[in-house]
Amino acid sequence: MNDKSKIYWNPYFGGVMLGLLLLVTFYITGRGLGASGAAKSTVVATISKVAPEHAQESTYYSKFISDDAHPLNQWLVFEVIGILAGALLSGALSNRLKFKVEHSPKISPGRRLAFAAFGGIAFGIGSQFGRGCTSGAALSGMASLSLGGFIAMLSIFGSAYVFAYFFRKNWI
Amino acid sequence: MGPLIPLGIIDASWNNVFAILIGIAFGFILESSGFSSSRKLAGVFYGYDFTVLKVFFSAAITAAIGLYYFYYLGWIDINMIYVNPTYLGSAIVGGIIMGLGFIMGGYCPGTSYCGAAIGKIDAIVFSFAMMAGIFVFSEFYPFFEDFYNSGFLGNITVYDTLGISVSLFMIILIAIALAAFYATSLIQKKVKKVDY
Repeated sequence: MNDKSKIYWNPYFGGVMLGLLLLVTFYITGRGLGASGAAKSTVVATISKVAPEHAQESTYYSKFISDDAHPLNQWLVFEVIGILAGALLSGALSNRLKFKVEHSPKISPGRRLAFAAFGGIAFGIGSQFGRGCTSGAALSGMASLSLGGFIAMLSIFGSAYVFAYFFRKNWI
Repeated sequence: MGPLIPLGIIDASWNNVFAILIGIAFGFILESSGFSSSRKLAGVFYGYDFTVLKVFFSAAITAAIGLYYFYYLGWIDINMIYVNPTYLGSAIVGGIIMGLGFIMGGYCPGTSYCGAAIGKIDAIVFSFAMMAGIFVFSEFYPFFEDFYNSGFLGNITVYDTLGISVSLFMIILIAIALAAFYATSLIQKKVKKVDY
């Protein structure tokens, strides 16, 4: 099973590279990395296009709408375009580009996709309460030694460990 | 002296160019570390693959040590580094919901983009479902606006909260990381291998 597509970087090497990138990001921009913010910007942009009045009246969307910039003109949106390109490049170099549903042999692809959808919805909701996800709140927050970063890390991973028992059949 | 863009050393018009370049590096590192695979990510919760813990912890420590070395060397104004605000209740509840999303979906937002980029259909579904979740939150926001804004503790650091010096906190954090790396290596040997 040791084909090229299964060979990943040593995790400590990957971690140090990610840490150095995070350091460079702080040094240049004063802030860390993120991910869920771009999804939020996409939702805000969509709603303000489809239902502009509703978006203006909403207490949440309106926080992220301004007159001088399009809702998609956000640092994190450009960063995520980069993420997609960078991941595609890495996958191409390692022979990992393939359309497929990745799932445990014990469950059907349909079940995997259903749980991916439930998980995505939950993560979307949670990332708004948490004001950021694993990248923006937990990882970048821990790097800047913010209290919020450590709370995010402990509550995300702590809760996933607690819930892991109930979803074990999907994975092992 | 950094940070370069907030201090005006590099013009703000470069911000989005750096965003794309930094994003490319971010996506490349995550994908190369195996973060485009939900079964690899989920391994950390079942003990068959601790890649997530190793990458996450070593990255956070590398960046934190680097930031404070830059500060000691006078290369960076640490007061201009963004410390995200803490809203205690909302942060904990958000984290718990995200943890549930993580174990059901097998991804977090950043890793789902990486999976989607290399063709994982489950990751594409997760990414779009995440937007649906954000839409649901936004529509129901008036119901939990008070909770969302409660428990505001300010933009505080963890060492100030604990009342210890930053260097002592850093030593404790590194010790915890090393202990976790060692302990998980022992656990992984005992857990039945999962082929994926």
